[in-house]
Amino acid sequence: MLSAQDLHITFNAGTPIETRALRGLSLDIPGGQFVTVIGSNGAGKSTLLNAVSGDLPVDGGRIEIDGEDVTRLPSWRRAGRVARVFQDPMAGTCEDLTIEENMALAQRRGAGRGLGRAVRAAMREGFRERLATLGLGLENRLSDRIGLLSGGQRQAVSLLMAALQPSRILLLDEHTAALDPRTADFVLRLTARIVAEYRLTTMMVTHSMRQALDVGERTVMLHQGRVVLDVSGEERRGLGVADLLAMFERVRGEELADDALLLG
Amino acid sequence: MSLYTLLGALEIGLVFALVALGVLVSFRILRFPDLTVDGSFPLGGAVAATLISLGADPFAATAAAAAAGALAGLATGWLNVKLRIMDLLASILMMIALYSINLRIMGRPNVPLIAEPTVFTVLQPDAVADYVMRPLILAAVVLAAKLALDWFLSTEAGLAMRATGSNPRMARSQGVHTGRMVLAGMALSNALVGLAGALFAQTQGGADISMGVGTIVIGLAAVIVGESILPARRLFLATLAAILGAVVYRFFVALALNSEFVGLQAQDLNLVTAVLVVVALVLPMLRRRLPRRGGR
Repeated sequence: MLSAQDLHITFNAGTPIETRALRGLSLDIPGGQFVTVIGSNGAGKSTLLNAVSGDLPVDGGRIEIDGEDVTRLPSWRRAGRVARVFQDPMAGTCEDLTIEENMALAQRRGAGRGLGRAVRAAMREGFRERLATLGLGLENRLSDRIGLLSGGQRQAVSLLMAALQPSRILLLDEHTAALDPRTADFVLRLTARIVAEYRLTTMMVTHSMRQALDVGERTVMLHQGRVVLDVSGEERRGLGVADLLAMFERVRGEELADDALLLG
Repeated sequence: MSLYTLLGALEIGLVFALVALGVLVSFRILRFPDLTVDGSFPLGGAVAATLISLGADPFAATAAAAAAGALAGLATGWLNVKLRIMDLLASILMMIALYSINLRIMGRPNVPLIAEPTVFTVLQPDAVADYVMRPLILAAVVLAAKLALDWFLSTEAGLAMRATGSNPRMARSQGVHTGRMVLAGMALSNALVGLAGALFAQTQGGADISMGVGTIVIGLAAVIVGESILPARRLFLATLAAILGAVVYRFFVALALNSEFVGLQAQDLNLVTAVLVVVALVLPMLRRRLPRRGGR
């Protein structure tokens, strides 16, 4: 369960380039729910994810995970509760480390790290099994540097890594945006499978309205740092991209200037 | 070049192999451009020489020197992590601070070790010449340091340290306290350098305030030369390459300075260093540019 109450984040406060990225955003996500988040550039989508992960401190408001206040915890102390896949395939893995070393790192997410061997034989078997489910042949490349993998392969491994440890929240930051359509589709299906398998509370930021409606069970639209639209259940099932756009315009009472939102 | 000069070069090369391992940790693993080394090397020498001249056990004095090096690295890391001073600047600040600290420790610009026992004289058997024994002892120390470093970097904590240098944001998202990792890595790196300084002082007959000048360049030279001799992604090969680099580097320096026909003298050491580093940096590039013959 994730609860964000009245979040405020302002960049460059007090300067001419001041940006109020979050302006009192509130959002409650029950445990196990898969929420897609859309919004134009600058709506605050990535800022929201960064606030939840702890990468960005909030100026005001409160973030709770399973009823525990984590507002003041730095990202590394939230890691046990929050798993994350970044937009840039390079960002979610260490390219200098091997596949198995990256996975071993994720295996200890949120746990202490001592002087025990990082990659053990038993662990390696587990990695191999999980990698085999991807059908990419990566199970035979455990000791290859992850920098040798393609972007799609790296995102797929990142997703597996996110699910290695039981976590409460999975944050996906446009994690298919940098991939070609076929690979993006593969990663998306993998996402749905992993989220269902591990019953993760998931927040997926996307630029594609189609994706936002097709994936998950609830869609939230952000605009100017606030939630302006929140649909789920029957209401959402009947929606098309055009409806979503119309609803958005009605709610905001203004034209959508950003074409990027219409694409996809 | 005589056997004596050759073994002398090997001896100094092995001392600097420890520096190279330290530099490998800071520059390559943590990606922290750390110039503290120029201060922590003489710090190790100063602590060891002063303690030994006060009658301390040479092994305890050498251990204290490594600990002092670790503290220096910790201070640099702290300036960077907690006070948010840029990494390079933090290390330069620590380097100049150590110049004064080293003078304070020694109480004068140099502390000679002539008649005092050193780790080398204590371990010296009668049957073997000292100029043979010293490289042997140093080789054992370097090998032990290499194996210990290889082991540490393969542990959970060591993996977290490597992730911190490679992708700090990812490391944090996996729950790694990256600040703590930088502190630990800097301490580890400079402990190795402090140890090298202590052994250097004991092989060279004393500590001197100017013995640290250019240590970082030599350490980096060793790492770079090593990487061009033995380009390797695997860690146990990377540590081996750093050691080889340090030894080969000292060998070439000795060769350059001892060959009559080249006409170089001791004061040309830094010039030779600079030229060697340039050659080591350019060689791999030339190798790529040359058309490949045969298979691959």
